Amino acid sequence: MAKLLKAQALQWNHIGPWSFRVEAGHCLGITGPSGVGKSVLLRILADLLPHQGEAEVDGVACSAMPAPTWRRTVRYCAAASGWWADTVAEHYTDIGAAKLNAGQISLTPDLFDKNPAQLSTGERQRMALLRSLENDPGFLLLDEPTSALDATTTAEVEALIAGKMRNGMGVVLVSHDGGQLERLSSSILEMRK
Amino acid sequence: MSTGFSTLELIVAAILVVASAGLSLALKLGIHRSMLISAARMVVQLLIVGLLLRSIFAMTNPWITAGLVALMILAASYEVSARQQRKLAGAWNFIVSGAAVSASTLFVSLFALTSVAMTQDWTAPQVAIPIAGIVLGTSMNAASVGLTALMDGLVADRDAIEARLALGHSKRQAVQKLMQRAAHTGTINVINQMAGAGIITLPGIMSGQVLAGQDPLIAAQSQIFLMLLLGAVSTASIVIAITLALGRLTDERHRLRLDHLQGAVG
Repeated sequence: MAKLLKAQALQWNHIGPWSFRVEAGHCLGITGPSGVGKSVLLRILADLLPHQGEAEVDGVACSAMPAPTWRRTVRYCAAASGWWADTVAEHYTDIGAAKLNAGQISLTPDLFDKNPAQLSTGERQRMALLRSLENDPGFLLLDEPTSALDATTTAEVEALIAGKMRNGMGVVLVSHDGGQLERLSSSILEMRK
Repeated sequence: MSTGFSTLELIVAAILVVASAGLSLALKLGIHRSMLISAARMVVQLLIVGLLLRSIFAMTNPWITAGLVALMILAASYEVSARQQRKLAGAWNFIVSGAAVSASTLFVSLFALTSVAMTQDWTAPQVAIPIAGIVLGTSMNAASVGLTALMDGLVADRDAIEARLALGHSKRQAVQKLMQRAAHTGTINVINQMAGAGIITLPGIMSGQVLAGQDPLIAAQSQIFLMLLLGAVSTASIVIAITLALGRLTDERHRLRLDHLQGAVG
């Protein structure tokens, strides 16, 4: 299991540089006004945007390994979920594990047989989270993971994430929900223009 | 051999087009203007080409033939690159279109012409120019339609592609479905032409030769020869166009690089 995610002077165009550390089992919360580059920072961490600076896990640099390998360890779950197959189920490698976790966040098994477009925004958001949790990534980069959810479901999602953190998963969380940041994060990075 | 259509017959055909325009005016369909303009363009263009080819055929200079084919390829490359709604930024737009159209046309035409060489002089402009022309037109369509499907798909499916990349899929896996869709769209025209040939339509080359007095079986053989070339050139053109465009719109770190589209951000 990965222990430490380190970001050193990450920079994209004129945004940044950012440096921070996230330890296994901990959550770094990220706040700041809209447009300050919170999503950009997560996308850089996942190496989805060309950037300066370097991120590393347990001393091994992102640039030293193939990008897909890095992204399986440092897993980005975008604010807008994307779907490419005709049924929800086809988006998972281990459908059994996904269905097991699904119950925890009020997703019924029949949803897996539907077309992603038939699900509500909130259902898709949780389905995308389950997908990102497959094969236990070392670090999870969450972009507004509960933006489309009511209070009860939000609490369930937070409980699921907290459970994974107890098993050693590190989290970088972008959220507009101050209470959520307080509940999950052990440290906060405030981004300013 | 018949000598083709007389001026009188052409005038009768023109009356039909004018009547179509009148119908459009009466029913307010709004197509009369473009119908008349393109019909007029077609008449002028084809007459000029007929005159030009007549003098080139008379010269039988292979360099002039080669020069004309090169000009045609350049024009087709320009057409493909200009017709895209979403373009690659900078010179890439023209490079991708040009490479797809010229490489596929040259490869298939040279292949075809050397096989013709067994029976005829393949550098003769009467042979080389029509073959290169019809191959080029099909290559241009395939690249143009396929690239449009690819670019539109990349933008529309951006979230889905990035979701796959974020889950650790390779860029190849992430764009696989889109590649299939673009290849399908780019070749469907020629596939339909082959599948429907003779049953649903009498293809153009064959119709032309039969009208010009050729034996139907010989006309069918020329059509078969050309259809097979067109199948090959569509595939080659679309494969080159898709591969190059995707190469430019992704990178070695398995990222989607829509910032390489014209007028794009991030």
